[in-house]
Amino acid sequence: MTARFEPIIGRYMHLDLFGRHHRIYVEEAGEGTPLLCLHTAGSDGRQYRALMNDERITSGHRVIAFDMPWHGKSSPPSGWHNEEYQLTSAQYTTMILEIMTALELDRPILIGCSIGGRIALHLALEHPEAFRAIIGLQAGAHVDPYYDLNFLHRPDVHGGEVSAAIVSGLVGFDAPDAERWETLWHYMQGGPGVFKGDLYFYKLDGDIRSRVAEIDTRRCPLFLLSGEYDYSCTPEETLAVASSVPGSEVSIMKGLGHFPMSENPTEFLKHLLPVLEKIKGR
Amino acid sequence: MIETLKARVNGDEALVRRGRFLTTTLLLEVGPTAWLISIFEGQVVSVTRGPFVMPSSSFALRAPEEEWTKFWSHRPPPGSNDLMALIKRRVLKAEGNLQIFMANLRYFKEALAKLRPAGAAA
Repeated sequence: MTARFEPIIGRYMHLDLFGRHHRIYVEEAGEGTPLLCLHTAGSDGRQYRALMNDERITSGHRVIAFDMPWHGKSSPPSGWHNEEYQLTSAQYTTMILEIMTALELDRPILIGCSIGGRIALHLALEHPEAFRAIIGLQAGAHVDPYYDLNFLHRPDVHGGEVSAAIVSGLVGFDAPDAERWETLWHYMQGGPGVFKGDLYFYKLDGDIRSRVAEIDTRRCPLFLLSGEYDYSCTPEETLAVASSVPGSEVSIMKGLGHFPMSENPTEFLKHLLPVLEKIKGR
Repeated sequence: MIETLKARVNGDEALVRRGRFLTTTLLLEVGPTAWLISIFEGQVVSVTRGPFVMPSSSFALRAPEEEWTKFWSHRPPPGSNDLMALIKRRVLKAEGNLQIFMANLRYFKEALAKLRPAGAAA
Protein backbone atom coordinates (compact mmCIF):
# COMPACT_ATOMS: atom_id res chain seq x y z
CA MET A 1 0.00 0.00 0.00
CA THR A 2 1.27 3.43 -0.93
CA ALA A 3 1.85 5.86 1.93
CA ARG A 4 -0.71 8.61 2.14
CA PHE A 5 -0.85 11.73 4.30
CA GLU A 6 -4.01 13.26 5.67
CA PRO A 7 -4.44 17.02 5.23
CA ILE A 8 -4.37 17.55 9.01
CA ILE A 9 -1.55 19.69 10.41
CA GLY A 10 -0.68 19.41 14.12
CA ARG A 11 1.30 21.96 16.11
CA TYR A 12 2.18 22.65 19.73
CA MET A 13 1.11 26.01 21.09
CA HIS A 14 2.67 27.58 24.18
CA LEU A 15 0.13 29.59 26.11
CA ASP A 16 -0.44 30.83 29.64
CA LEU A 17 -3.76 29.67 31.07
CA PHE A 18 -4.98 30.34 34.61
CA GLY A 19 -1.60 31.96 35.34
CA ARG A 20 0.38 28.85 34.36
CA HIS A 21 2.38 27.87 31.33
CA HIS A 22 0.77 25.25 29.10
CA ARG A 23 1.89 23.32 26.04
CA ILE A 24 -1.19 22.60 24.00
CA TYR A 25 -1.54 20.42 20.95
CA VAL A 26 -3.67 21.90 18.16
CA GLU A 27 -4.70 20.25 14.90
CA GLU A 28 -6.35 21.86 11.94
CA ALA A 29 -7.35 21.30 8.35
CA GLY A 30 -9.16 23.30 5.70
CA GLU A 31 -9.74 26.96 4.94
CA GLY A 32 -12.66 29.27 5.48
CA THR A 33 -15.01 29.87 8.36
CA PRO A 34 -13.33 28.70 11.57
CA LEU A 35 -14.98 25.63 13.09
CA LEU A 36 -13.65 25.04 16.59
CA CYS A 37 -14.15 21.50 17.89
CA LEU A 38 -14.29 20.42 21.54
CA HIS A 39 -13.69 16.78 22.46
CA THR A 40 -15.45 14.71 25.12
CA ALA A 41 -14.32 14.04 28.68
CA GLY A 42 -11.26 11.82 28.93
CA SER A 43 -10.57 11.83 25.20
CA ASP A 44 -8.82 14.17 22.75
CA GLY A 45 -9.06 16.01 19.46
CA ARG A 46 -8.67 12.86 17.35
CA GLN A 47 -12.42 12.47 17.75
CA TYR A 48 -12.76 15.06 14.96
CA ARG A 49 -10.45 13.29 12.49
CA ALA A 50 -13.29 12.58 10.09
CA LEU A 51 -14.40 16.21 9.89
CA MET A 52 -10.83 17.24 9.11
CA ASN A 53 -10.62 14.65 6.36
CA ASP A 54 -13.89 15.50 4.65
CA GLU A 55 -13.64 17.96 1.78
CA ARG A 56 -17.31 18.81 2.04
CA ILE A 57 -16.35 20.49 5.32
CA THR A 58 -12.74 21.55 4.80
CA SER A 59 -13.47 23.28 1.48
CA GLY A 60 -15.37 25.97 3.36
CA HIS A 61 -14.15 25.66 6.94
CA ARG A 62 -10.92 25.89 8.87
CA VAL A 63 -11.52 22.96 11.23
CA ILE A 64 -9.57 23.24 14.48
CA ALA A 65 -9.38 20.84 17.42
CA PHE A 66 -7.13 21.21 20.43
CA ASP A 67 -6.37 18.64 23.09
CA MET A 68 -7.33 20.12 26.43
CA PRO A 69 -4.49 20.35 28.95
CA TRP A 70 -3.91 16.87 30.48
CA HIS A 71 -5.44 15.23 27.36
CA GLY A 72 -4.01 13.66 24.23
CA LYS A 73 -0.70 15.28 23.31
CA SER A 74 -1.22 18.33 25.54
CA SER A 75 0.77 18.08 28.73
CA PRO A 76 -0.50 18.87 32.18
CA PRO A 77 1.13 22.02 33.58
CA SER A 78 4.34 21.75 35.57
CA GLY A 79 3.54 20.69 39.13
CA TRP A 80 0.76 18.35 38.07
CA HIS A 81 2.28 15.38 39.86
CA ASN A 82 1.10 16.61 43.24
CA GLU A 83 -2.32 17.79 42.13
CA GLU A 84 -5.75 16.32 41.61
CA TYR A 85 -7.06 17.39 38.22
CA GLN A 86 -10.56 18.86 38.33
CA LEU A 87 -12.10 20.77 35.45
CA THR A 88 -14.37 23.68 36.37
CA SER A 89 -16.77 25.72 34.27
CA ALA A 90 -14.67 28.84 34.78
CA GLN A 91 -11.42 27.15 33.68
CA TYR A 92 -13.07 25.50 30.70
CA THR A 93 -14.59 28.78 29.52
CA THR A 94 -11.32 30.68 29.95
CA MET A 95 -9.38 27.99 28.13
CA ILE A 96 -11.64 28.09 25.07
CA LEU A 97 -11.72 31.90 24.85
CA GLU A 98 -7.95 32.23 25.36
CA ILE A 99 -7.21 29.64 22.71
CA MET A 100 -9.57 31.39 20.29
CA THR A 101 -7.72 34.65 20.92
CA ALA A 102 -4.33 33.01 20.52
CA LEU A 103 -5.38 31.47 17.20
CA GLU A 104 -6.98 34.77 16.13
CA LEU A 105 -10.29 33.09 15.37
CA ASP A 106 -12.96 35.57 14.35
CA ARG A 107 -16.34 34.42 15.65
CA PRO A 108 -15.87 30.72 14.95
CA ILE A 109 -18.61 28.16 14.76
CA LEU A 110 -18.26 26.12 17.93
CA ILE A 111 -18.98 22.41 17.99
CA GLY A 112 -18.61 20.54 21.26
CA CYS A 113 -19.58 17.05 22.38
CA SER A 114 -20.61 15.86 25.84
CA ILE A 115 -18.60 18.07 28.22
CA GLY A 116 -17.93 20.09 25.08
CA GLY A 117 -21.67 20.22 24.47
CA ARG A 118 -22.28 21.33 28.03
CA ILE A 119 -19.70 24.13 27.90
CA ALA A 120 -21.22 25.09 24.55
CA LEU A 121 -24.42 25.86 26.46
CA HIS A 122 -22.44 27.93 28.99
CA LEU A 123 -20.80 29.85 26.13
CA ALA A 124 -24.11 30.33 24.32
CA LEU A 125 -25.38 31.93 27.51
CA GLU A 126 -22.37 33.96 28.57
CA HIS A 127 -20.44 34.74 25.38
CA PRO A 128 -22.88 34.54 22.47
CA GLU A 129 -21.21 37.43 20.65
CA ALA A 130 -17.96 35.47 20.38
CA PHE A 131 -19.47 32.81 18.11
CA ARG A 132 -21.10 32.67 14.69
CA ALA A 133 -23.15 29.68 15.80
CA ILE A 134 -22.95 26.97 18.42
CA ILE A 135 -23.53 23.27 17.81
CA GLY A 136 -23.99 21.15 20.92
CA LEU A 137 -23.55 17.41 20.46
CA GLN A 138 -24.94 15.28 23.26
CA ALA A 139 -25.60 18.51 25.11
CA GLY A 140 -27.66 18.37 28.27
CA ALA A 141 -27.95 20.80 31.14
CA HIS A 142 -26.99 18.25 33.80
CA VAL A 143 -26.19 14.56 34.34
CA ASP A 144 -26.58 12.86 37.69
CA PRO A 145 -23.71 10.54 38.65
CA TYR A 146 -24.79 6.96 38.00
CA TYR A 147 -21.71 5.09 39.17
CA ASP A 148 -19.00 5.58 41.76
CA LEU A 149 -16.53 7.89 40.01
CA ASN A 150 -13.74 6.73 42.33
CA PHE A 151 -13.44 3.57 40.24
CA LEU A 152 -11.99 5.73 37.48
CA HIS A 153 -8.84 6.45 39.47
CA ARG A 154 -7.59 3.91 41.98
CA PRO A 155 -4.58 1.64 41.83
CA ASP A 156 -6.47 -1.66 41.82
CA VAL A 157 -8.51 -0.78 38.70
CA HIS A 158 -6.79 0.00 35.39
CA GLY A 159 -7.88 3.55 34.57
CA GLY A 160 -7.73 3.21 30.81
CA GLU A 161 -9.51 -0.13 30.72
CA VAL A 162 -12.29 0.96 33.04
CA SER A 163 -12.81 4.32 31.34
CA ALA A 164 -13.26 2.65 27.97
CA ALA A 165 -15.46 -0.07 29.47
CA ILE A 166 -17.69 2.49 31.15
CA VAL A 167 -18.26 4.44 27.95
CA SER A 168 -18.34 1.51 25.52
CA GLY A 169 -22.11 1.15 25.72
CA LEU A 170 -22.51 4.83 24.89
CA VAL A 171 -21.34 4.09 21.37
CA GLY A 172 -24.33 3.68 19.08
CA PHE A 173 -25.41 0.19 18.12
CA ASP A 174 -24.68 0.70 14.44
CA ALA A 175 -21.16 2.10 14.77
CA PRO A 176 -18.65 0.39 12.48
CA ASP A 177 -16.20 -1.72 14.46
CA ALA A 178 -13.11 0.22 13.37
CA GLU A 179 -14.52 3.59 14.44
CA ARG A 180 -16.06 2.16 17.62
CA TRP A 181 -12.75 0.78 18.83
CA GLU A 182 -10.75 3.81 17.68
CA THR A 183 -13.08 5.88 19.85
CA LEU A 184 -12.58 3.55 22.82
CA TRP A 185 -8.81 3.45 22.32
CA HIS A 186 -8.69 7.19 22.99
CA TYR A 187 -10.32 6.49 26.35
CA MET A 188 -7.88 3.71 27.10
CA GLN A 189 -5.04 6.18 26.53
CA GLY A 190 -6.24 8.81 28.98
CA GLY A 191 -3.94 9.81 31.84
CA PRO A 192 -4.66 8.75 35.42
CA GLY A 193 -7.63 10.60 36.88
CA VAL A 194 -8.19 12.79 33.83
CA PHE A 195 -11.58 11.37 32.80
CA LYS A 196 -12.67 11.59 36.42
CA GLY A 197 -11.44 15.19 36.64
CA ASP A 198 -13.45 16.13 33.55
CA LEU A 199 -16.55 14.56 35.06
CA TYR A 200 -16.24 16.96 37.98
CA PHE A 201 -17.37 19.59 35.47
CA TYR A 202 -19.89 17.32 33.78
CA LYS A 203 -21.66 15.96 36.84
CA LEU A 204 -21.07 18.56 39.54
CA ASP A 205 -19.69 22.00 38.72
CA GLY A 206 -21.19 22.50 35.25
CA ASP A 207 -24.89 22.14 36.12
CA ILE A 208 -26.65 24.81 34.05
CA ARG A 209 -30.28 23.72 34.52
CA SER A 210 -31.32 26.87 36.34
CA ARG A 211 -29.93 29.20 33.64
CA VAL A 212 -30.25 27.35 30.34
CA ALA A 213 -33.57 29.01 29.49
CA GLU A 214 -31.78 32.39 29.44
CA ILE A 215 -29.86 31.48 26.27
CA ASP A 216 -30.82 33.98 23.56
CA THR A 217 -30.58 32.38 20.13
CA ARG A 218 -31.08 35.78 18.47
CA ARG A 219 -27.57 36.61 19.66
CA CYS A 220 -26.10 33.26 18.63
CA PRO A 221 -27.90 30.41 16.82
CA LEU A 222 -27.93 27.14 18.76
CA PHE A 223 -28.17 23.70 17.17
CA LEU A 224 -28.47 20.51 19.22
CA LEU A 225 -27.70 17.06 17.81
CA SER A 226 -27.93 13.98 20.03
CA GLY A 227 -27.58 10.26 19.38
CA GLU A 228 -30.42 8.03 20.48
CA TYR A 229 -28.17 5.42 22.15
CA ASP A 230 -26.67 7.93 24.56
CA TYR A 231 -27.74 7.09 28.11
CA SER A 232 -25.33 9.62 29.63
CA CYS A 233 -26.93 12.63 28.00
CA THR A 234 -30.20 11.10 26.88
CA PRO A 235 -32.25 12.39 23.94
CA GLU A 236 -34.85 13.44 26.52
CA GLU A 237 -32.30 15.64 28.27
CA THR A 238 -31.30 17.30 24.99
CA LEU A 239 -34.96 17.76 24.07
CA ALA A 240 -35.53 19.38 27.46
CA VAL A 241 -32.81 21.94 26.69
CA ALA A 242 -34.31 22.55 23.26
CA SER A 243 -37.78 23.10 24.63
CA SER A 244 -36.53 25.64 27.15
CA VAL A 245 -34.43 27.59 24.63
CA PRO A 246 -36.66 29.36 22.08
CA GLY A 247 -35.18 29.37 18.57
CA SER A 248 -32.87 26.42 19.14
CA GLU A 249 -32.95 23.61 16.59
CA VAL A 250 -32.74 20.01 17.72
CA SER A 251 -32.32 16.67 16.02
CA ILE A 252 -32.12 13.17 17.55
CA MET A 253 -29.82 10.98 15.48
CA LYS A 254 -31.07 7.41 15.02
CA GLY A 255 -28.62 4.62 15.71
CA LEU A 256 -25.90 6.99 16.94
CA GLY A 257 -24.55 7.30 20.46
CA HIS A 258 -22.51 9.64 22.63
CA PHE A 259 -19.55 10.13 20.24
CA PRO A 260 -21.23 10.69 16.86
CA MET A 261 -18.32 12.43 15.10
CA SER A 262 -15.90 9.68 16.09
CA GLU A 263 -17.96 6.48 16.35
CA ASN A 264 -19.84 6.78 13.07
CA PRO A 265 -18.66 9.74 10.97
CA THR A 266 -20.50 8.70 7.82
CA GLU A 267 -23.89 8.80 9.52
CA PHE A 268 -23.03 11.84 11.64
CA LEU A 269 -22.06 13.96 8.65
CA LYS A 270 -25.53 13.43 7.21
CA HIS A 271 -26.78 15.41 10.21
CA LEU A 272 -23.95 17.93 10.47
CA LEU A 273 -23.67 19.06 6.84
CA PRO A 274 -27.23 20.48 6.68
CA VAL A 275 -26.56 22.37 9.92
CA LEU A 276 -23.40 23.91 8.48
CA GLU A 277 -25.38 24.87 5.35
CA LYS A 278 -27.96 26.62 7.51
CA ILE A 279 -25.26 28.52 9.38
CA LYS A 280 -23.67 29.57 6.08
CA GLY A 281 -26.99 30.96 4.92
CA ARG A 282 -27.48 33.19 7.96
CA MET B 1 -30.59 -20.07 28.25
CA ILE B 2 -28.28 -18.88 31.03
CA GLU B 3 -26.74 -22.37 31.11
CA THR B 4 -25.28 -21.72 27.66
CA LEU B 5 -23.05 -19.02 29.09
CA LYS B 6 -20.29 -21.51 29.84
CA ALA B 7 -19.93 -22.74 26.27
CA ARG B 8 -20.44 -19.29 24.75
CA VAL B 9 -17.82 -17.57 26.90
CA ASN B 10 -15.30 -20.39 26.82
CA GLY B 11 -15.64 -20.57 23.05
CA ASP B 12 -14.36 -17.01 22.71
CA GLU B 13 -10.61 -17.26 22.99
CA ALA B 14 -10.02 -13.50 23.12
CA LEU B 15 -12.59 -13.01 25.88
CA VAL B 16 -11.07 -15.79 27.99
CA ARG B 17 -7.61 -14.30 27.45
CA ARG B 18 -8.80 -10.89 28.65
CA GLY B 19 -10.20 -12.58 31.75
CA ARG B 20 -7.05 -14.56 32.54
CA PHE B 21 -6.54 -12.72 35.84
CA LEU B 22 -10.18 -13.08 36.84
CA THR B 23 -11.29 -15.79 39.25
CA THR B 24 -14.56 -15.13 41.04
CA THR B 25 -18.15 -16.17 41.61
CA LEU B 26 -21.02 -13.82 40.86
CA LEU B 27 -24.68 -14.05 41.65
CA LEU B 28 -26.92 -13.20 38.69
CA GLU B 29 -30.57 -12.59 39.42
CA VAL B 30 -33.01 -12.64 36.53
CA GLY B 31 -36.20 -11.56 38.22
CA PRO B 32 -36.96 -14.22 40.84
CA THR B 33 -34.45 -16.73 39.45
CA ALA B 34 -30.90 -16.75 40.83
CA TRP B 35 -27.82 -18.14 39.16
CA LEU B 36 -24.32 -18.62 40.53
CA ILE B 37 -21.66 -18.21 37.89
CA SER B 38 -18.15 -19.36 38.75
CA ILE B 39 -15.22 -18.13 36.72
CA PHE B 40 -11.66 -19.45 36.91
CA GLU B 41 -8.95 -17.53 35.06
CA GLY B 42 -11.44 -16.22 32.54
CA GLN B 43 -13.21 -19.52 31.89
CA VAL B 44 -16.74 -20.07 33.13
CA VAL B 45 -16.48 -23.30 35.11
CA SER B 46 -20.06 -23.60 36.35
CA VAL B 47 -23.49 -22.01 35.97
CA THR B 48 -25.81 -23.20 38.74
CA ARG B 49 -29.48 -22.40 38.99
CA GLY B 50 -31.00 -21.50 42.39
CA PRO B 51 -32.80 -21.29 44.64
CA PHE B 52 -29.92 -21.25 47.09
CA VAL B 53 -29.92 -21.42 50.87
CA MET B 54 -26.69 -19.50 51.42
CA PRO B 55 -25.27 -18.37 48.07
CA SER B 56 -21.71 -17.13 48.38
CA SER B 57 -20.50 -14.67 45.75
CA SER B 58 -18.16 -11.71 45.46
CA PHE B 59 -20.87 -9.53 43.92
CA ALA B 60 -24.40 -9.69 42.57
CA LEU B 61 -26.15 -8.32 39.50
CA ARG B 62 -29.93 -8.07 39.92
CA ALA B 63 -32.51 -6.91 37.39
CA PRO B 64 -36.13 -7.73 36.53
CA GLU B 65 -36.61 -10.46 33.95
CA GLU B 66 -38.09 -8.07 31.37
CA GLU B 67 -34.97 -5.90 31.57
CA TRP B 68 -32.65 -8.84 30.92
CA THR B 69 -34.92 -9.93 28.07
CA LYS B 70 -34.43 -6.56 26.40
CA PHE B 71 -30.68 -6.63 27.11
CA TRP B 72 -30.43 -10.08 25.54
CA SER B 73 -32.48 -9.23 22.47
CA HIS B 74 -30.90 -9.26 19.01
CA ARG B 75 -30.96 -5.47 18.80
CA PRO B 76 -31.43 -4.06 22.29
CA PRO B 77 -33.28 -0.74 22.34
CA PRO B 78 -31.51 2.40 23.61
CA GLY B 79 -31.25 2.21 27.39
CA SER B 80 -31.09 -1.59 27.31
CA ASN B 81 -27.98 -2.16 25.22
CA ASP B 82 -25.40 -2.12 28.01
CA LEU B 83 -25.02 -3.00 31.71
CA MET B 84 -24.17 0.64 32.49
CA ALA B 85 -27.31 1.76 30.67
CA LEU B 86 -29.36 -0.49 32.94
CA ILE B 87 -27.53 0.85 35.98
CA LYS B 88 -28.15 4.44 34.81
CA ARG B 89 -31.89 3.69 34.64
CA ARG B 90 -31.66 2.17 38.14
CA VAL B 91 -33.09 -1.15 36.95
CA LEU B 92 -29.86 -3.13 37.40
CA LYS B 93 -28.50 -3.30 40.93
CA ALA B 94 -24.82 -4.12 41.27
CA GLU B 95 -23.99 -5.01 44.86
CA GLY B 96 -21.08 -6.50 46.76
CA ASN B 97 -17.37 -6.19 46.03
CA LEU B 98 -17.65 -4.06 42.92
CA GLN B 99 -13.89 -3.65 42.55
CA ILE B 100 -13.91 -7.06 40.83
CA PHE B 101 -16.79 -5.99 38.60
CA MET B 102 -15.28 -2.65 37.64
CA ALA B 103 -11.70 -3.91 37.20
CA ASN B 104 -13.07 -6.44 34.70
CA LEU B 105 -15.98 -4.41 33.38
CA ARG B 106 -15.32 -5.08 29.70
CA TYR B 107 -15.13 -8.82 30.43
CA PHE B 108 -18.46 -8.89 32.29
CA LYS B 109 -20.22 -6.75 29.68
CA GLU B 110 -19.04 -8.95 26.85
CA ALA B 111 -19.59 -12.21 28.73
CA LEU B 112 -23.21 -11.39 29.56
CA ALA B 113 -23.85 -10.08 26.04
CA LYS B 114 -22.92 -13.59 24.85
CA LEU B 115 -26.46 -14.60 25.79
CA ARG B 116 -27.81 -12.55 22.89
CA PRO B 117 -28.89 -14.53 19.82
CA ALA B 118 -25.94 -15.73 17.75
CA GLY B 119 -24.59 -12.99 15.54
CA ALA B 120 -25.76 -10.10 17.72
CA ALA B 121 -23.19 -7.46 18.63
CA ALA B 122 -21.64 -7.39 22.08
